[in-house]
Amino acid sequence: MPTTSIKEAIVTFGILVMQLFNGLSLFTILLLMALGLAIVFGLMGVINMAHGEIMAMGAYTTYLTASFFERHLPGLMDVYLFVAILLAFCVTFAFGYLLERGFIRWFYHRPLDTLLATWGLSLILQQTYRSVFGAQEVSVPLTAWLSGAWEPTESIQLPLNRIFIVALTILVTLGVWLILHKTRWGLRARAVTQNRAMSSAVGIDTNRVDALIFALGSGLAGIAGSVFTMVGSTNPGTGQLYIVDSFIVVVFGGVASLLGTAASSFLIAQMQTTLEYLMSGSMAKVAILLLVITVLYFRPNGLFASKVRA
Amino acid sequence: MSKISRRRFMQISGSLVAAGAIPGAGLLTKSSFAAEPIKLGLLHSLTGTIAIAEAALVEAEKMAIDEINAAGGVLGRMIDPVVADGASDWPTFAEKTKQLLQRDKVAAIVGCYTSASRKAVLPVLKQSKGLLYYPTYYEGQEEDKQVIYTSQEATQSVISAIEWMAKQQGKTFFLVGSDYIYPRTCNKIAKPTVARLGGKVVGEEYAPLGHTEFSSIINKIKAAKPDWIYSTVVGGSNVAFYKQLKAAGLDGGKQKLLSTVVSENEIDGIGKENAVGYYACMGYFQSIKSPENEKFVKAIKAKYGQDRVVGDPMECAYNSVYLWKMAVEKAKSFDVDKVVAASSGIQFNAPEGKVAIHKTNHHVSKKIRIGRARTDGQFDIVFESGVIEPNPFPKL
Repeated sequence: MPTTSIKEAIVTFGILVMQLFNGLSLFTILLLMALGLAIVFGLMGVINMAHGEIMAMGAYTTYLTASFFERHLPGLMDVYLFVAILLAFCVTFAFGYLLERGFIRWFYHRPLDTLLATWGLSLILQQTYRSVFGAQEVSVPLTAWLSGAWEPTESIQLPLNRIFIVALTILVTLGVWLILHKTRWGLRARAVTQNRAMSSAVGIDTNRVDALIFALGSGLAGIAGSVFTMVGSTNPGTGQLYIVDSFIVVVFGGVASLLGTAASSFLIAQMQTTLEYLMSGSMAKVAILLLVITVLYFRPNGLFASKVRA
Repeated sequence: MSKISRRRFMQISGSLVAAGAIPGAGLLTKSSFAAEPIKLGLLHSLTGTIAIAEAALVEAEKMAIDEINAAGGVLGRMIDPVVADGASDWPTFAEKTKQLLQRDKVAAIVGCYTSASRKAVLPVLKQSKGLLYYPTYYEGQEEDKQVIYTSQEATQSVISAIEWMAKQQGKTFFLVGSDYIYPRTCNKIAKPTVARLGGKVVGEEYAPLGHTEFSSIINKIKAAKPDWIYSTVVGGSNVAFYKQLKAAGLDGGKQKLLSTVVSENEIDGIGKENAVGYYACMGYFQSIKSPENEKFVKAIKAKYGQDRVVGDPMECAYNSVYLWKMAVEKAKSFDVDKVVAASSGIQFNAPEGKVAIHKTNHHVSKKIRIGRARTDGQFDIVFESGVIEPNPFPKL
């Protein structure tokens, strides 16, 4: 009898550890998802409804890279993911840059129009994916060394691809923080956010800053889309699945605050995984939305509010 | 002179041209030998979230129409397909049905995929006296006068699947589904069946539609250690579910899982390597060995590309067109009431074998099969039932 209860305790402990890891994993997924949106929304005040579709662009870039490696460089399949992430970043960065220069910049000071215009853009992109890649899901192969789980003990399995996402998100977040806070360009970007007219007066090319911020935000979405092919599905509507969660994270955390985005994704992720285990997936969503509504009622600017360009 | 606007000018000249053209057109039809083609509506989502599953059905239906036309049409008339896009939006389905019936005057419609879209269409069918062939497996609990259901309803697949699973080793079941009518009804049927066979349900979980995070549900599965997972997760969520099961160490070699939703078409997106070893329960598999099926698969590949796979709903969509044609020929009329009356008892040698429309309840009797996914994304058929009569309103 005692041995079975000890065994059960070990299993329960294992589940507890795995649940905590799930929370951590979801936290990094949400953070990666929302990071690009937070930068664009926070620094520029642009609500980009096509953010999800830019993530899908990253996912499709990954798919194309994988197909290319499968066909031409099968020996290098183990490292294709790094190439794919890099390519996804480059493609979406370039797309974001062109998009800002050719489209978004005509909509500054018209937030509602931006909302509508980027939503229209998201529909156009979805239909483009559907025409090019077909309505069916495409399957992105998982690199061999990332499939499977790390088993520190017999009852604990931590999926390797999730560990990879955790590590990558930490790197990316750190990178973004360094860019914004430790480089000349970051300084300029923050200056423009705080006072556009004054920044322009002291010789900062504000147009260029805008374009690069938007491109960076898009590039981050591309990275997110690329790594999510490991856990989720890739189809023309993929972006729609992520956009709502991304917005909840950004709005809940408070715009213009990286710390807020991080804190809000952590809170939402832990709540989601814990409640999902104790209740059901749908109830967890209900509880989180209730929390978000309550918090926004008392703090309309989110958890970590700071001044944003109007 | 300048008072005549451009629009007015177009109206006048347009009606003049039309007036001139119509008598000529009438003459032409009368003098030509072939009768006017008969219209058949194909109503599926070609855009939006459900297009993933639905777009391929139109292709199968068009192929059946081409075959029938090549063989001389139906009652001497060619079939003219009218494709409408339901856009994954239920009111749009109703709107397009109205358009097909009232404007295009189609003789029948093959269409819909989700139950929500079918329910939206029902009142329009009733009002405009339309006829719908519904080619998707679904949860049952319906028997509409204007609808012929050409795929398996839930009791046909779920009861066969649970009975088969219980015969294998182990009798504990974990039920996972999307939070939607099909999974919940399937599990309502599964639970008493499990109990009847002396098994035990050790967990029942629902994930919101479109959910991509299954880690918590997977941990619950790990804690419950079931012999079988019975899955009714639908749509893109399946991709996330299968990938995450595999990453968590519960791949097809270690954990037995059966789904009544995942066909060859879904495996295309899930990735062959993620689905290997899991089971699926369907009426049709591409790997069925019969002359009818080999011909069917070959024709699909010749028409739509060698790497195309064929899943259960595609085959049922293909059958639907033939079942309509046979009913029309039996009734010797395109009239909806006569076609419905003639449908009762009709048999068709489908790629999956003989399917027959039930005498009274508008569903089909057919065989059910269980397959195990191979490395190439196809299924090894491990079980084939006898012919199962449909029972859309089971007493549980």
